[in-house]
Amino acid sequence: MVFLNFFISGISLGSIYAIIALGYTMVYGIAKMLNFAHGDVIMVGAYVCFYAVARYELPPVLGVLIAMLLCTFLGIIVERLAYKPLRQAPSLAVLITAIGVSYFLQNAALLLWSSNPKVFPSIIGRGAYKLFDGALSVSHVTVLTIVTCLLIMIVLSLFINKTRLGKAMRACSEDKSAAQLMGINVNATISLTFAIGSGLAAVAGALLCSAYPTLMPTTGSLPGIKAFTAAVFGGIGSIPGAFLGGLMLGVIEIFAKAYISSQLSDAVVFAVLIIVLLVKPAGLLGKQVTEKV
Amino acid sequence: MSDNNQPILKVENIHVHYGSIHAIKGISFEVHEGEIVTLIGANGAGKSTTLNTISCLLHPTSGSISFLGETLAKIQPHKVVEKGLAQVPEGRRVFAQMTVQENLEMGAYTQTNAQDNAEELEKVFALFPRLQERRKQIAGTLSGGEQQMLAMGRALMSRPKLLMLDEPSMGLAPILVEQIFDIIADLHKTGATILLVEQNAQMALSIASRGYVLETGRIVTTGTGQELLSSPAIKKAYLGG
Repeated sequence: MVFLNFFISGISLGSIYAIIALGYTMVYGIAKMLNFAHGDVIMVGAYVCFYAVARYELPPVLGVLIAMLLCTFLGIIVERLAYKPLRQAPSLAVLITAIGVSYFLQNAALLLWSSNPKVFPSIIGRGAYKLFDGALSVSHVTVLTIVTCLLIMIVLSLFINKTRLGKAMRACSEDKSAAQLMGINVNATISLTFAIGSGLAAVAGALLCSAYPTLMPTTGSLPGIKAFTAAVFGGIGSIPGAFLGGLMLGVIEIFAKAYISSQLSDAVVFAVLIIVLLVKPAGLLGKQVTEKV
Repeated sequence: MSDNNQPILKVENIHVHYGSIHAIKGISFEVHEGEIVTLIGANGAGKSTTLNTISCLLHPTSGSISFLGETLAKIQPHKVVEKGLAQVPEGRRVFAQMTVQENLEMGAYTQTNAQDNAEELEKVFALFPRLQERRKQIAGTLSGGEQQMLAMGRALMSRPKLLMLDEPSMGLAPILVEQIFDIIADLHKTGATILLVEQNAQMALSIASRGYVLETGRIVTTGTGQELLSSPAIKKAYLGG
Protein backbone atom coordinates (compact mmCIF):
# COMPACT_ATOMS: atom_id res chain seq x y z
CA MET A 1 0.00 0.00 0.00
CA VAL A 2 2.91 2.32 0.77
CA PHE A 3 4.32 1.43 -2.59
CA LEU A 4 1.04 2.38 -4.27
CA ASN A 5 1.00 5.65 -2.38
CA PHE A 6 4.49 6.52 -3.63
CA PHE A 7 3.56 5.44 -7.12
CA ILE A 8 0.55 7.75 -7.21
CA SER A 9 2.65 10.65 -5.87
CA GLY A 10 5.19 9.90 -8.60
CA ILE A 11 2.55 9.91 -11.33
CA SER A 12 1.19 13.19 -9.99
CA LEU A 13 4.59 14.90 -9.90
CA GLY A 14 5.33 13.34 -13.29
CA SER A 15 2.10 14.78 -14.68
CA ILE A 16 3.31 18.27 -13.81
CA TYR A 17 6.68 17.56 -15.45
CA ALA A 18 4.84 16.19 -18.48
CA ILE A 19 2.73 19.34 -18.89
CA ILE A 20 5.86 21.51 -18.68
CA ALA A 21 7.82 19.17 -20.95
CA LEU A 22 5.15 19.54 -23.63
CA GLY A 23 6.06 23.22 -23.89
CA TYR A 24 9.75 22.42 -24.27
CA THR A 25 9.22 19.67 -26.79
CA MET A 26 6.71 21.52 -28.99
CA VAL A 27 8.88 24.63 -29.18
CA TYR A 28 11.94 22.50 -29.90
CA GLY A 29 10.05 20.54 -32.56
CA ILE A 30 9.09 23.67 -34.46
CA ALA A 31 11.58 26.42 -33.67
CA LYS A 32 14.50 23.96 -33.11
CA MET A 33 15.47 25.89 -29.99
CA LEU A 34 15.64 25.11 -26.29
CA ASN A 35 13.51 27.71 -24.57
CA PHE A 36 15.17 27.80 -21.16
CA ALA A 37 12.83 30.62 -20.12
CA HIS A 38 9.96 28.15 -20.19
CA GLY A 39 10.36 27.26 -16.49
CA ASP A 40 10.02 30.91 -15.54
CA VAL A 41 6.76 31.21 -17.42
CA ILE A 42 5.46 28.60 -14.92
CA MET A 43 6.46 30.91 -12.09
CA VAL A 44 4.74 33.92 -13.71
CA GLY A 45 1.61 31.81 -14.19
CA ALA A 46 1.68 30.75 -10.56
CA TYR A 47 2.05 34.37 -9.36
CA VAL A 48 -0.82 35.57 -11.54
CA CYS A 49 -2.96 32.73 -10.24
CA PHE A 50 -1.86 33.52 -6.64
CA TYR A 51 -2.88 37.17 -6.90
CA ALA A 52 -6.14 36.37 -8.63
CA VAL A 53 -7.16 33.78 -6.04
CA ALA A 54 -5.54 34.93 -2.78
CA ARG A 55 -5.68 38.71 -3.16
CA TYR A 56 -8.65 39.36 -5.41
CA GLU A 57 -10.52 36.30 -4.18
CA LEU A 58 -11.60 35.21 -7.62
CA PRO A 59 -12.74 31.60 -8.05
CA PRO A 60 -9.70 29.35 -8.67
CA VAL A 61 -10.90 28.28 -12.13
CA LEU A 62 -11.03 31.92 -13.19
CA GLY A 63 -7.59 32.48 -11.64
CA VAL A 64 -6.11 29.67 -13.70
CA LEU A 65 -7.81 30.96 -16.85
CA ILE A 66 -6.44 34.47 -16.31
CA ALA A 67 -2.97 33.02 -15.70
CA MET A 68 -3.24 30.98 -18.91
CA LEU A 69 -4.31 34.02 -20.88
CA LEU A 70 -1.51 36.24 -19.56
CA CYS A 71 1.14 33.53 -20.01
CA THR A 72 -0.06 32.93 -23.56
CA PHE A 73 0.53 36.61 -24.28
CA LEU A 74 3.84 36.50 -22.44
CA GLY A 75 4.93 33.54 -24.58
CA ILE A 76 3.98 35.30 -27.82
CA ILE A 77 5.68 38.56 -26.77
CA VAL A 78 8.90 36.84 -25.66
CA GLU A 79 9.04 34.96 -28.97
CA ARG A 80 8.37 38.10 -31.00
CA LEU A 81 10.89 40.32 -29.17
CA ALA A 82 13.66 37.94 -28.20
CA TYR A 83 13.66 34.92 -30.52
CA LYS A 84 12.13 36.02 -33.82
CA PRO A 85 14.97 38.45 -34.67
CA LEU A 86 17.35 35.50 -34.22
CA ARG A 87 15.56 33.13 -36.62
CA GLN A 88 18.65 32.93 -38.88
CA ALA A 89 21.22 33.20 -36.07
CA PRO A 90 23.38 30.29 -34.86
CA SER A 91 21.63 28.13 -32.28
CA LEU A 92 24.12 29.10 -29.58
CA ALA A 93 23.00 32.75 -29.82
CA VAL A 94 19.38 31.68 -29.39
CA LEU A 95 20.27 29.47 -26.42
CA ILE A 96 22.09 32.30 -24.64
CA THR A 97 19.15 34.61 -25.35
CA ALA A 98 16.77 32.09 -23.80
CA ILE A 99 18.92 31.98 -20.66
CA GLY A 100 18.87 35.80 -20.67
CA VAL A 101 15.09 35.83 -20.91
CA SER A 102 14.97 33.38 -18.02
CA TYR A 103 17.00 35.71 -15.78
CA PHE A 104 14.98 38.68 -16.98
CA LEU A 105 11.71 37.05 -15.94
CA GLN A 106 13.11 35.97 -12.56
CA ASN A 107 14.42 39.44 -11.81
CA ALA A 108 11.26 41.13 -13.01
CA ALA A 109 9.35 38.85 -10.62
CA LEU A 110 11.76 39.79 -7.83
CA LEU A 111 11.05 43.46 -8.48
CA LEU A 112 7.31 43.08 -8.83
CA TRP A 113 6.58 40.51 -6.17
CA SER A 114 9.67 40.59 -3.88
CA SER A 115 11.71 37.60 -2.77
CA ASN A 116 9.45 36.77 0.19
CA PRO A 117 7.96 33.34 -0.40
CA LYS A 118 4.20 33.39 -0.80
CA VAL A 119 2.02 30.60 0.47
CA PHE A 120 0.01 29.48 -2.50
CA PRO A 121 -3.60 28.59 -1.75
CA SER A 122 -4.44 25.23 -3.30
CA ILE A 123 -6.77 25.71 -6.24
CA ILE A 124 -8.84 22.74 -5.09
CA GLY A 125 -8.46 22.69 -1.29
CA ARG A 126 -6.33 20.43 0.88
CA GLY A 127 -8.74 17.51 1.18
CA ALA A 128 -7.98 13.91 0.33
CA TYR A 129 -9.81 10.79 -0.73
CA LYS A 130 -9.39 7.94 1.78
CA LEU A 131 -9.35 4.51 0.21
CA PHE A 132 -9.05 1.02 1.74
CA ASP A 133 -10.25 2.22 5.18
CA GLY A 134 -7.78 5.06 5.21
CA ALA A 135 -4.78 2.97 4.28
CA LEU A 136 -4.42 4.90 1.05
CA SER A 137 -4.91 8.64 1.01
CA VAL A 138 -4.93 10.49 -2.29
CA SER A 139 -5.22 14.28 -2.15
CA HIS A 140 -7.63 16.16 -4.36
CA VAL A 141 -4.69 18.05 -5.87
CA THR A 142 -3.11 14.76 -6.93
CA VAL A 143 -6.27 13.58 -8.63
CA LEU A 144 -6.80 16.94 -10.31
CA THR A 145 -3.20 16.99 -11.55
CA ILE A 146 -3.36 13.52 -13.08
CA VAL A 147 -6.75 14.14 -14.69
CA THR A 148 -5.65 17.51 -16.09
CA CYS A 149 -2.50 16.00 -17.56
CA LEU A 150 -4.45 13.21 -19.25
CA LEU A 151 -6.98 15.68 -20.60
CA ILE A 152 -4.26 17.97 -21.98
CA MET A 153 -2.53 15.01 -23.57
CA ILE A 154 -5.72 13.81 -25.30
CA VAL A 155 -6.77 17.27 -26.53
CA LEU A 156 -3.28 18.11 -27.73
CA SER A 157 -2.90 14.81 -29.61
CA LEU A 158 -6.23 15.36 -31.33
CA PHE A 159 -5.24 18.91 -32.20
CA ILE A 160 -1.85 17.90 -33.64
CA ASN A 161 -3.10 14.88 -35.57
CA LYS A 162 -6.56 15.87 -36.72
CA THR A 163 -6.82 19.62 -37.24
CA ARG A 164 -5.57 21.71 -40.14
CA LEU A 165 -3.50 23.96 -37.87
CA GLY A 166 -2.08 20.99 -35.96
CA LYS A 167 -0.98 19.32 -39.17
CA ALA A 168 0.54 22.61 -40.32
CA MET A 169 2.56 22.60 -37.08
CA ARG A 170 3.87 19.14 -37.89
CA ALA A 171 4.69 20.21 -41.43
CA CYS A 172 6.64 23.23 -40.10
CA SER A 173 8.53 21.07 -37.66
CA GLU A 174 9.64 18.79 -40.50
CA ASP A 175 10.58 21.31 -43.15
CA LYS A 176 9.98 25.04 -42.85
CA SER A 177 10.64 26.06 -46.45
CA ALA A 178 8.52 23.22 -47.83
CA ALA A 179 5.78 24.32 -45.41
CA GLN A 180 6.04 27.86 -46.76
CA LEU A 181 5.67 26.49 -50.28
CA MET A 182 2.34 24.99 -49.12
CA GLY A 183 1.17 28.46 -48.12
CA ILE A 184 1.64 27.90 -44.40
CA ASN A 185 2.55 31.02 -42.43
CA VAL A 186 5.57 29.71 -40.55
CA ASN A 187 5.97 32.71 -38.25
CA ALA A 188 2.35 32.53 -37.16
CA THR A 189 2.74 28.80 -36.55
CA ILE A 190 5.77 29.38 -34.35
CA SER A 191 3.85 32.03 -32.38
CA LEU A 192 0.99 29.58 -31.94
CA THR A 193 3.40 26.98 -30.57
CA PHE A 194 4.79 29.41 -28.02
CA ALA A 195 1.24 30.43 -27.11
CA ILE A 196 0.14 26.84 -26.47
CA GLY A 197 3.33 25.96 -24.57
CA SER A 198 3.09 29.04 -22.35
CA GLY A 199 -0.61 28.57 -21.68
CA LEU A 200 0.14 25.02 -20.54
CA ALA A 201 2.98 26.34 -18.38
CA ALA A 202 0.45 28.47 -16.49
CA VAL A 203 -1.65 25.36 -15.78
CA ALA A 204 1.49 23.55 -14.63
CA GLY A 205 2.34 26.51 -12.36
CA ALA A 206 -1.05 26.45 -10.66
CA LEU A 207 -0.89 22.66 -10.17
CA LEU A 208 2.73 22.69 -9.01
CA CYS A 209 2.11 25.37 -6.39
CA SER A 210 -1.08 23.66 -5.25
CA ALA A 211 0.99 20.57 -4.46
CA TYR A 212 4.13 22.40 -3.23
CA PRO A 213 2.76 25.72 -1.95
CA THR A 214 5.93 27.82 -1.62
CA LEU A 215 5.97 30.44 -4.36
CA MET A 216 9.17 32.43 -5.06
CA PRO A 217 10.68 34.06 -8.17
CA THR A 218 12.92 31.00 -8.58
CA THR A 219 10.07 28.50 -8.18
CA GLY A 220 10.03 27.67 -11.88
CA SER A 221 13.74 26.95 -12.38
CA LEU A 222 14.18 23.48 -11.00
CA PRO A 223 10.88 22.05 -12.29
CA GLY A 224 11.79 23.70 -15.61
CA ILE A 225 15.14 21.89 -15.75
CA LYS A 226 13.53 18.60 -14.65
CA ALA A 227 10.85 18.93 -17.31
CA PHE A 228 13.48 19.68 -19.91
CA THR A 229 15.21 16.49 -18.79
CA ALA A 230 11.89 14.68 -19.11
CA ALA A 231 11.50 15.99 -22.66
CA VAL A 232 14.99 14.72 -23.59
CA PHE A 233 14.32 11.47 -21.75
CA GLY A 234 11.18 10.83 -23.81
CA GLY A 235 12.74 12.11 -27.04
CA ILE A 236 12.75 15.84 -27.62
CA GLY A 237 10.33 16.94 -30.32
CA SER A 238 7.98 14.05 -29.58
CA ILE A 239 4.71 14.84 -27.79
CA PRO A 240 4.00 11.29 -26.52
CA GLY A 241 7.68 11.28 -25.54
CA ALA A 242 7.22 14.33 -23.31
CA PHE A 243 4.25 12.64 -21.66
CA LEU A 244 6.07 9.36 -21.08
CA GLY A 245 9.31 11.07 -20.07
CA GLY A 246 7.51 13.32 -17.59
CA LEU A 247 5.63 10.49 -15.92
CA MET A 248 8.70 8.26 -15.69
CA LEU A 249 10.83 11.04 -14.30
CA GLY A 250 8.24 11.78 -11.61
CA VAL A 251 7.95 8.14 -10.59
CA ILE A 252 11.71 7.59 -10.55
CA GLU A 253 12.23 10.75 -8.50
CA ILE A 254 9.64 9.80 -5.85
CA PHE A 255 10.86 6.20 -5.63
CA ALA A 256 14.45 7.38 -5.30
CA LYS A 257 13.36 9.72 -2.52
CA ALA A 258 11.43 6.97 -0.79
CA TYR A 259 13.71 3.99 -1.14
CA ILE A 260 17.20 5.32 -1.69
CA SER A 261 17.77 8.76 -0.23
CA SER A 262 15.92 12.05 -0.54
CA GLN A 263 19.25 13.84 -1.01
CA LEU A 264 20.31 11.54 -3.82
CA SER A 265 17.00 11.55 -5.69
CA ASP A 266 18.08 14.08 -8.32
CA ALA A 267 21.35 12.21 -8.84
CA VAL A 268 19.40 9.01 -9.43
CA VAL A 269 17.09 10.77 -11.90
CA PHE A 270 19.98 12.09 -13.94
CA ALA A 271 21.85 8.78 -13.76
CA VAL A 272 18.82 7.09 -15.32
CA LEU A 273 18.74 9.81 -17.97
CA ILE A 274 22.38 9.15 -18.83
CA ILE A 275 21.79 5.41 -19.10
CA VAL A 276 18.77 5.90 -21.34
CA LEU A 277 20.64 8.29 -23.60
CA LEU A 278 23.56 5.86 -23.85
CA VAL A 279 21.23 3.14 -25.09
CA LYS A 280 18.82 5.35 -27.06
CA PRO A 281 20.52 8.65 -27.92
CA ALA A 282 17.31 10.11 -29.35
CA GLY A 283 15.36 9.37 -26.15
CA LEU A 284 12.68 6.76 -25.51
CA LEU A 285 10.29 7.76 -28.32
CA GLY A 286 12.53 10.10 -30.27
CA LYS A 287 13.15 9.45 -33.94
CA GLN A 288 16.69 9.03 -35.07
CA VAL A 289 16.94 11.72 -37.70
CA THR A 290 19.43 11.06 -40.44
CA GLU A 291 20.57 14.25 -42.06
CA LYS A 292 20.17 14.14 -45.82
CA VAL A 293 22.51 16.06 -48.02
CA MET B 1 -4.82 29.57 -73.85
CA SER B 2 -6.77 32.69 -74.69
CA ASP B 3 -4.73 35.76 -73.95
CA ASN B 4 -1.21 35.30 -75.18
CA ASN B 5 -0.19 38.94 -74.93
CA GLN B 6 -0.37 39.25 -71.17
CA PRO B 7 2.09 36.79 -69.62
CA ILE B 8 1.12 34.91 -66.45
CA LEU B 9 4.63 35.36 -65.14
CA LYS B 10 7.02 38.09 -66.13
CA VAL B 11 10.54 38.21 -64.72
CA GLU B 12 12.39 41.42 -65.52
CA ASN B 13 16.11 41.84 -65.11
CA ILE B 14 16.40 40.31 -61.63
CA HIS B 15 19.63 40.14 -59.67
CA VAL B 16 19.92 37.85 -56.66
CA HIS B 17 22.75 37.73 -54.12
CA TYR B 18 23.58 35.14 -51.49
CA GLY B 19 25.61 37.32 -49.18
CA SER B 20 28.51 38.39 -51.40
CA ILE B 21 27.81 35.82 -54.11
CA HIS B 22 26.08 37.27 -57.16
CA ALA B 23 23.99 34.23 -58.12
CA ILE B 24 21.60 35.71 -60.68
CA LYS B 25 22.97 38.43 -62.91
CA GLY B 26 20.02 40.09 -64.54
CA ILE B 27 17.72 37.54 -66.10
CA SER B 28 14.38 38.19 -67.82
CA PHE B 29 11.80 35.75 -69.14
CA GLU B 30 8.08 35.25 -69.49
CA VAL B 31 5.59 32.43 -69.14
CA HIS B 32 2.27 32.66 -70.99
CA GLU B 33 -0.92 30.84 -70.17
CA GLY B 34 -0.93 27.21 -71.32
CA GLU B 35 2.81 27.06 -71.99
CA ILE B 36 5.48 24.75 -70.69
CA VAL B 37 8.55 26.91 -70.35
CA THR B 38 11.80 25.31 -69.33
CA LEU B 39 14.94 26.73 -67.81
CA ILE B 40 17.86 24.44 -68.54
CA GLY B 41 21.46 24.68 -67.54
CA ALA B 42 24.22 22.99 -65.62
CA ASN B 43 24.52 22.63 -61.87
CA GLY B 44 25.00 26.04 -60.27
CA ALA B 45 23.64 28.01 -63.22
CA GLY B 46 21.02 29.58 -60.95
CA LYS B 47 17.93 27.61 -61.92
CA SER B 48 16.71 26.77 -58.42
CA THR B 49 17.65 30.22 -57.20
CA THR B 50 15.39 31.67 -59.88
CA LEU B 51 12.45 29.51 -58.80
CA ASN B 52 13.00 30.27 -55.12
CA THR B 53 13.08 33.97 -55.94
CA ILE B 54 9.77 33.68 -57.78
CA SER B 55 8.36 31.82 -54.74
CA CYS B 56 9.65 34.71 -52.58
CA LEU B 57 11.81 32.41 -50.45
CA LEU B 58 14.60 34.70 -51.68
CA HIS B 59 14.28 38.35 -52.60
CA PRO B 60 15.95 39.94 -55.62
CA THR B 61 18.36 42.81 -54.97
CA SER B 62 17.00 44.50 -58.07
CA GLY B 63 14.58 43.83 -60.89
CA SER B 64 10.95 42.81 -60.67
CA ILE B 65 8.72 39.78 -60.89
CA SER B 66 5.06 40.08 -61.74
CA PHE B 67 2.52 37.31 -61.54
CA LEU B 68 -0.92 37.73 -63.12
CA GLY B 69 -0.13 41.42 -63.54
CA GLU B 70 0.71 41.90 -59.86
CA THR B 71 4.23 42.67 -58.62
CA LEU B 72 5.65 40.15 -56.16
CA ALA B 73 7.82 42.43 -54.07
CA LYS B 74 8.74 41.84 -50.45
CA ILE B 75 5.81 39.58 -49.78
CA GLN B 76 6.02 36.51 -47.61
CA PRO B 77 6.30 33.11 -49.31
CA HIS B 78 2.98 31.81 -47.98
CA LYS B 79 1.15 34.71 -49.64
CA VAL B 80 2.53 33.71 -53.03
CA VAL B 81 0.81 30.34 -52.80
CA GLU B 82 -2.51 32.06 -52.10
CA LYS B 83 -2.05 33.97 -55.36
CA GLY B 84 -1.91 30.71 -57.33
CA LEU B 85 1.78 29.90 -57.63
CA ALA B 86 2.93 26.46 -56.55
CA GLN B 87 6.45 25.07 -56.50
CA VAL B 88 7.52 21.44 -56.42
CA PRO B 89 10.91 21.91 -54.78
CA GLU B 90 14.16 20.26 -55.74
CA GLY B 91 14.64 16.98 -53.92
CA ARG B 92 10.83 16.66 -53.53
CA ARG B 93 10.80 17.68 -49.87
CA VAL B 94 7.72 15.67 -48.93
CA PHE B 95 6.81 15.69 -45.24
CA ALA B 96 8.44 12.34 -44.50
CA GLN B 97 6.72 11.66 -41.19
CA MET B 98 3.24 12.47 -42.42
CA THR B 99 1.00 10.16 -44.44
CA VAL B 100 0.47 10.53 -48.18
CA GLN B 101 -3.02 11.85 -47.52
CA GLU B 102 -1.77 14.39 -44.95
CA ASN B 103 0.88 15.60 -47.38
CA LEU B 104 -1.82 16.21 -49.96
CA GLU B 105 -3.95 18.00 -47.36
CA MET B 106 -1.02 20.30 -46.64
CA GLY B 107 -0.89 21.06 -50.36
CA ALA B 108 -4.45 22.32 -50.10
CA TYR B 109 -3.64 24.42 -47.02
CA THR B 110 -4.63 27.68 -48.71
CA GLN B 111 -7.89 26.20 -50.01
CA THR B 112 -10.52 25.95 -47.32
CA ASN B 113 -13.53 24.67 -49.26
CA ALA B 114 -13.77 21.01 -48.16
CA GLN B 115 -15.85 19.91 -51.14
CA ASP B 116 -13.49 21.45 -53.71
CA ASN B 117 -10.57 19.86 -51.90
CA ALA B 118 -12.23 16.44 -52.03
CA GLU B 119 -12.77 16.85 -55.78
CA GLU B 120 -9.18 17.96 -56.29
CA LEU B 121 -7.99 14.96 -54.27
CA GLU B 122 -9.92 12.67 -56.65
CA LYS B 123 -8.26 14.37 -59.63
CA VAL B 124 -4.81 13.93 -58.12
CA PHE B 125 -5.56 10.27 -57.38
CA ALA B 126 -6.73 9.82 -60.98
CA LEU B 127 -3.43 11.30 -62.18
CA PHE B 128 -1.34 9.29 -59.70
CA PRO B 129 -3.17 6.03 -58.88
CA ARG B 130 -0.15 4.92 -56.83
CA LEU B 131 -0.83 7.66 -54.32
CA GLN B 132 -4.36 6.42 -53.80
CA GLU B 133 -3.11 2.91 -53.08
CA ARG B 134 -0.70 4.33 -50.52
CA ARG B 135 -2.76 7.13 -49.03
CA LYS B 136 -2.33 5.88 -45.45
CA GLN B 137 1.37 5.18 -45.83
CA ILE B 138 4.04 7.39 -44.23
CA ALA B 139 5.57 9.48 -47.03
CA GLY B 140 9.15 8.75 -45.95
CA THR B 141 8.66 5.08 -46.82
CA LEU B 142 7.73 5.79 -50.47
CA SER B 143 10.20 5.20 -53.30
CA GLY B 144 11.86 8.16 -55.01
CA GLY B 145 9.46 8.09 -57.95
CA GLU B 146 6.45 7.89 -55.67
CA GLN B 147 7.76 10.79 -53.60
CA GLN B 148 8.10 12.85 -56.78
CA MET B 149 4.49 12.01 -57.66
CA LEU B 150 3.45 12.98 -54.13
CA ALA B 151 5.32 16.28 -54.34
CA MET B 152 3.61 17.05 -57.67
CA GLY B 153 0.20 15.99 -56.40
CA ARG B 154 0.71 18.06 -53.28
CA ALA B 155 1.46 21.15 -55.37
CA LEU B 156 -1.56 20.52 -57.60
CA MET B 157 -3.82 20.42 -54.52
CA SER B 158 -3.48 24.20 -54.23
CA ARG B 159 -5.03 24.49 -57.72
CA PRO B 160 -2.15 26.64 -59.00
CA LYS B 161 -2.38 28.93 -62.00
CA LEU B 162 1.32 28.33 -62.52
CA LEU B 163 3.08 25.13 -61.50
CA MET B 164 6.84 25.34 -61.06
CA LEU B 165 8.80 22.09 -61.08
CA ASP B 166 12.39 22.02 -59.86
CA GLU B 167 14.37 19.05 -61.25
CA PRO B 168 11.57 16.48 -61.21
CA SER B 169 13.89 13.90 -62.81
CA MET B 170 16.59 14.19 -60.15
CA GLY B 171 17.75 10.83 -58.81
CA LEU B 172 15.14 8.78 -60.67
CA ALA B 173 15.64 5.73 -62.86
CA PRO B 174 15.21 6.46 -66.62
CA ILE B 175 11.88 4.61 -66.80
CA LEU B 176 10.51 6.73 -63.96
CA VAL B 177 11.83 9.92 -65.55
CA GLU B 178 9.85 9.06 -68.63
CA GLN B 179 6.75 8.38 -66.57
CA ILE B 180 7.08 11.72 -64.75
CA PHE B 181 7.54 13.59 -68.04
CA ASP B 182 4.50 11.86 -69.53
CA ILE B 183 2.50 13.15 -66.60
CA ILE B 184 3.87 16.67 -67.08
CA ALA B 185 2.88 16.50 -70.76
CA ASP B 186 -0.58 15.26 -69.75
CA LEU B 187 -0.98 18.13 -67.30
CA HIS B 188 -0.04 20.51 -70.10
CA LYS B 189 -2.71 18.98 -72.35
CA THR B 190 -5.35 19.70 -69.71
CA GLY B 191 -4.37 23.36 -69.86
CA ALA B 192 -1.87 23.69 -67.01
CA THR B 193 0.82 26.34 -67.25
CA ILE B 194 4.21 24.99 -66.21
CA LEU B 195 7.64 26.40 -65.53
CA LEU B 196 10.08 23.50 -65.58
CA VAL B 197 13.65 23.63 -64.36
CA GLU B 198 15.80 20.73 -65.49
CA GLN B 199 19.32 19.46 -65.90
CA ASN B 200 17.97 16.76 -68.20
CA ALA B 201 17.82 19.14 -71.16
CA GLN B 202 16.83 16.48 -73.70
CA MET B 203 13.68 15.49 -71.80
CA ALA B 204 12.76 19.03 -70.83
CA LEU B 205 13.11 20.48 -74.34
CA SER B 206 11.19 17.62 -75.91
CA ILE B 207 8.01 18.63 -74.10
CA ALA B 208 8.61 22.39 -73.75
CA SER B 209 6.88 25.14 -75.71
CA ARG B 210 9.88 27.38 -75.17
CA GLY B 211 13.18 27.15 -73.37
CA TYR B 212 15.81 29.42 -71.86
CA VAL B 213 19.39 28.32 -71.36
CA LEU B 214 21.02 29.55 -68.15
CA GLU B 215 24.76 29.81 -67.63
CA THR B 216 26.27 31.13 -64.39
CA GLY B 217 23.37 33.43 -63.62
CA ARG B 218 22.68 34.69 -67.15
CA ILE B 219 20.37 33.64 -69.94
CA VAL B 220 22.57 32.82 -72.93
CA THR B 221 20.08 31.43 -75.45
CA THR B 222 16.35 31.19 -75.90
CA GLY B 223 14.03 29.60 -78.44
CA THR B 224 11.26 27.06 -78.89
CA GLY B 225 11.87 23.57 -77.55
CA GLN B 226 12.48 22.22 -81.06
CA GLU B 227 14.85 25.06 -82.01
CA LEU B 228 16.97 24.50 -78.95
CA LEU B 229 16.96 20.72 -79.40
CA SER B 230 18.35 21.07 -82.90
CA SER B 231 20.81 23.90 -82.16
CA PRO B 232 24.39 22.63 -82.60
CA ALA B 233 25.71 24.70 -79.71
CA ILE B 234 23.07 23.35 -77.33
CA LYS B 235 23.64 19.82 -78.56
CA LYS B 236 27.32 20.13 -77.83
CA ALA B 237 26.95 21.72 -74.40
CA TYR B 238 23.93 19.96 -72.95
CA LEU B 239 22.87 17.00 -75.00
CA GLY B 240 26.15 15.14 -75.19
CA GLY B 241 27.07 16.00 -78.80
